Amino acid sequence: MSDLSNADPLLQVDDLRVSLPTARGWAHALRGVSWRMERGQTVGLIGESGSGKSLTALALMGLLPERARVSGSITFKGQELVGLPEPQLCQLRGARMAMIFQEPMTALNPLHPIWKQIAEPLRLHQNMSASDSRFRALQLLERVQLPRAHERLDAYPHELSGGQRQRVMISIALACSPDLLIADEPTTALDVTVQKEVLALIRQLVQEDGMGLLLISHDLGLMQDQVDRMMVMYGGAVVESAATSELFAHRAHPYTRGLFAARPRLGLVRGTRLTTIPGSVPELMDFPAGCVFADRCSLAVEQCRQTPPQPESIECQHADKTPHVVRCPRWRQP
Amino acid sequence: MLDKGTFRRRALRHPSLVAGGAMVLLMVMSAVLSLFWSPYPVGDIDIPNKLASPSAAHWLGTDSLGRDIGSLLLVGSQNSLLVGFIAVGIGLGVGVPLGLLASARRGWVEEVIMRTADFTFAFPALLSAIMLTAIYGPGLVVSIVAIGIFNIPVFARISRGAANAVWARDYTAAARAAGQGPLAITLAHVLPNIASVLIVQSTIQFAIAILAEAALSYLGLGTQPPQPSWGRMLNEAQSQMFQAPMLAVYPGAAIALAVLGLNLLGDGLRDVLDPRLARQRSA
Repeated sequence: MSDLSNADPLLQVDDLRVSLPTARGWAHALRGVSWRMERGQTVGLIGESGSGKSLTALALMGLLPERARVSGSITFKGQELVGLPEPQLCQLRGARMAMIFQEPMTALNPLHPIWKQIAEPLRLHQNMSASDSRFRALQLLERVQLPRAHERLDAYPHELSGGQRQRVMISIALACSPDLLIADEPTTALDVTVQKEVLALIRQLVQEDGMGLLLISHDLGLMQDQVDRMMVMYGGAVVESAATSELFAHRAHPYTRGLFAARPRLGLVRGTRLTTIPGSVPELMDFPAGCVFADRCSLAVEQCRQTPPQPESIECQHADKTPHVVRCPRWRQP
Repeated sequence: MLDKGTFRRRALRHPSLVAGGAMVLLMVMSAVLSLFWSPYPVGDIDIPNKLASPSAAHWLGTDSLGRDIGSLLLVGSQNSLLVGFIAVGIGLGVGVPLGLLASARRGWVEEVIMRTADFTFAFPALLSAIMLTAIYGPGLVVSIVAIGIFNIPVFARISRGAANAVWARDYTAAARAAGQGPLAITLAHVLPNIASVLIVQSTIQFAIAILAEAALSYLGLGTQPPQPSWGRMLNEAQSQMFQAPMLAVYPGAAIALAVLGLNLLGDGLRDVLDPRLARQRSA
């Protein structure tokens, strides 16, 4: 980490656009996403299904379907990833950037004992021998606090519970101590009690190793104590980004406000209906010319439907370097 | 995969697997036995004793040249096994890599491989075997190669289909995210997960190969005399159909038992190896 490229940010994404071929033509799934991430920074990506969160993660890893059209730029530690040949990407994946998947039940191969699956990236990227990698796998399992790790080295995935499997997935991701960890809804498939443990574990490991973390979720409450900064995605674009505390204190974009309002809270009077955002995410084929959110927005005026909104900076009330940017000209409206 | 204990326990409880396995084992053992010993040398012609009925000396009687039927059946099993093994080997050795390649690369590679497989499929196995023997002359090698070539698209198709299903699983995505290339994923994840499908298909193709060899030999295009073959025994029995009907029954029964045994074995293995059924039973 002490090399020359220290001046570069960990990750710099500029105007990333991804289109996917469908039966009805090209679906513009990401429509100009840009952000910058420093080393060791933790960033949360939030939005509802179909907003492009997972696709952003896949684009970063270079795991998009082959027929997808990608433009823009992703610079990882000074290296351009868009258009990078597959063999070079393979050297990065698992070694410098790793990913934790949503479903621990299916992301492990049922035919291999877990230590072999943890050893895989080690043997691939660090040319470790079988016995060394087995020992390292044990250390990793202990690090992710898998109980009785020693006995479980030879266990098969079906012998572990969901939470335990997710710990195994985390240890695979951490095996080569990557610089960037992408966690795509890592706790969605887990019990609520286990969710907390797994998140706390990820947070602790990220802090210990100084990794950058991109945490993807649709759960606002989960983000609050996990990440430094948050980005809200809607319709394939980032509509608002700010430091977490700033965003929780001052949510500017009408969509972000809607998300916060729709969150279930304790202490509501029994029978209170949860607030919802009317309508649903527009079809990826026929995005409107103006603001994507306009059809569901209570603040929308005619102008919103005609011109796409430009990012505007908001003065931070909090003492924080992270700028608060919102993509809505009418954010000052109550 | 399954640990050995579970596999054995489940296998022994499966009647058709046990029955099929026993039949196949009987065939393999008689082929092995015939390598060292048979009641009479198969080339021994004993005209005075021709068309003898079963007796203590000739358990199954003799054929029109006085050869011992039991010995011919025993030695004939070598031939059937040889054809089965090599033809399935050709199919596995060429078809599976092609199917895996098609599945790993997708796009035009997949199209070319699968359309070629479809094209090969358009010719029935026996027809292409007859065509090959017309070109290269009848013989065991030609018929084995012809049956083997027929097996290639069968295995290419089935391995591509099964491999595509594995490629759609999360753990191959996870392996890609860990930086593994297509070849490594194919060997470490795809192949082991489609192995059970391939094993089952192999037993079925083995049965088909035995049947095809018998048909070719019956037509005089397969195994050539003096090498005994079940198919040729049927052919020779045909001319004595009315004097000695049992001559056709013995090789016919041998072929039927071999094919039935392999099919039962294949069915049983499918049940025992199928992970979905396995999970239901252990749950």
